[in-house]
Amino acid sequence: MAKHVIAALREFPAGTRKLVDIKGRQIAVFNINGEFFALANRCPHQGGSLYDGRLTGLIESNEPGRYRYSRRGEIIRCPWHGWEFDVRTGKSWCDPSRVRARQFAVSVAPGSALVEGPYVAETFPVSVEDDYVVLDA
Amino acid sequence: MTVSWSTIDCDVHVNVPSMKALLPHLDQYWRDSVVDRGMNSLDSISYPPNAPLTARPDWRGRAGEPPNTLDMLRSHALDRWNIDIAICNCLYGVQLLYSEDMAAAFAKAVNDWVAAEWLDRDARLRASIVVPMQNPDYAVAEIERCAKDRRFVQVLVLAMGEAPLGRRQYWPVYAAAERHGLPLGLHAGSSYRHPVTSLGWPSWYVEDYCAQSQGFQSQVASLVCEGVFVKFPKLRVVLLESGVTWLPAFLWRLSKFWRGVRLEVPWVDRSPLEIVREHVRLTIQPFDGPDDPSAVARLIDHMQSDDMLLFSSDFPHWQFDGDDIMPVGIPERLHGRIRRDNALATYGRLTETLV
Repeated sequence: MAKHVIAALREFPAGTRKLVDIKGRQIAVFNINGEFFALANRCPHQGGSLYDGRLTGLIESNEPGRYRYSRRGEIIRCPWHGWEFDVRTGKSWCDPSRVRARQFAVSVAPGSALVEGPYVAETFPVSVEDDYVVLDA
Repeated sequence: MTVSWSTIDCDVHVNVPSMKALLPHLDQYWRDSVVDRGMNSLDSISYPPNAPLTARPDWRGRAGEPPNTLDMLRSHALDRWNIDIAICNCLYGVQLLYSEDMAAAFAKAVNDWVAAEWLDRDARLRASIVVPMQNPDYAVAEIERCAKDRRFVQVLVLAMGEAPLGRRQYWPVYAAAERHGLPLGLHAGSSYRHPVTSLGWPSWYVEDYCAQSQGFQSQVASLVCEGVFVKFPKLRVVLLESGVTWLPAFLWRLSKFWRGVRLEVPWVDRSPLEIVREHVRLTIQPFDGPDDPSAVARLIDHMQSDDMLLFSSDFPHWQFDGDDIMPVGIPERLHGRIRRDNALATYGRLTETLV
C-alpha cells in the first residue's frame, strides 16, 4: 500500500467521481458532499464497473407499504445487476457478510505536507498552497 | 400391503355428489333459487369426472364414478394406509361464482356439508374452510364462523383466482387465518377468470394441469414480494397438489432477481429463499420428479430444508399406483417428518385433537 495523490481538491468537487488506475488496479473514487470514498472498481458479484453505477439512497422498511429512505447518495448500484453497495463500508445490501466491494482509504492533505513525501504523486505537480486528494492503495 | 407408519394425510378430496346434497345446508332463499334458476351443479372443469386424473381406476365405483363415499375413502385410503388424520379439501365451484352473495351462501353450505357428512362421521377427518375470496369481508366472516369448530384446520383457496394473492385486498383474510392458527392452503385449480397459462388458453387438459405450477410460482412470488409474511409472521402457506420439483429452481430465480431489484420491495429484507423455507409447505402428491431415486434425493437436497414436505395421497386423484405414496428416492431419515412431524408443526390445530 502506498499513498497516491490523485487530484487537486478543487478539481474534484462534491457530486463528482473519478476512476483512477493504480498500477493496473482500477479504483472508483467518489466525493459525496465533501466526503471521499474509494472502492475497487470491480463489483464482487460479476465484475461490473461500480464507477458507472448510480448513487442512490438506502431504502428500508419494516412493513409493506412503508418506505424509510435515508443516506441519499451513499449507496452505489452496480450497473450490471443492480446490487447495492454501501460506499461507507463496501458491504453489499443483499449479502453483507459475504459479498463486499474492496474499500480504500481516501484523505485530503495540504500540499505543504505532501511535498515532504513519502507520497507518490507522479502525475500531479503539487503546490504548497493547495489541498490534494490522497488515495491509500 | 399396508404401512405401519403413523401418518397424517394433508390432502384428500371429498366431492359434493350433487346439488341436492347441499340443499339442507342452504337457507330457504338459496334452496329455492337452486330450483328456480335451474342450477344443476357447480362442478368446475378442473377435474372432469371421466378424466383419468380425477380418480384412480381401482378406486372408482361400479359405474366408474369417482369414489365419493366415506366407505370408499376409508377402505381405499384411511384404513389401508393407517391414516391417523386426513385433511379434507373440498373442491367445489364456489370460487367460480361471479355473485359474491351466492359464493358466500355456497361456501357456507359446502363447509356445513363437510362437517355433517364427513367430520361428524369419522374422527380421523379434518377439513379446510372453503372461503368466498370474491369478497374478502365474506371470506373473513366464513372463517370466523367455521373456526369455532376446531376440526377446521386450514383456509382453502385456489392457486389461480381473480388477482395475485399477495395483494392487500386479501389481507383481512390472512389476518383472520393467522388469528385462528389456520394455514392458508393453496390448492391446484382455477376460478377461470384468466387463462390458466399466462400465454392464453391451451388446447389440452395436460397443458392446463402442468401449468398449475406456473400459477403456484406466481402466487409464492406475490405472497413474498407483497410482504404478506412480514405483515403476518405467523402465517403458513401450504401448496396442495402443487408438485414439488419446480420449487428450488424457482426460488433460485426469485432470490437472484431480488438481489438486484429488492429496492422495489424494501420490506423483503431477507432472501426469498429464507422466507419461503420458513413459511411455505408443499404436499408430496403429485410428485413430479424423475424415476431415478438418486436424482430424487438430489432434488430433495435442493429444498435445503427438512421441514417443507407434507405427506399427502391426493385421494382419489390418480397420481400413483399401489401404495407408492412416498416417492422413491426421498431419504428414509425424512419419512417420519414428512408423514407426521412437519404436518403437526404446520397445522397447530392438529395437536389439540390428535387421535
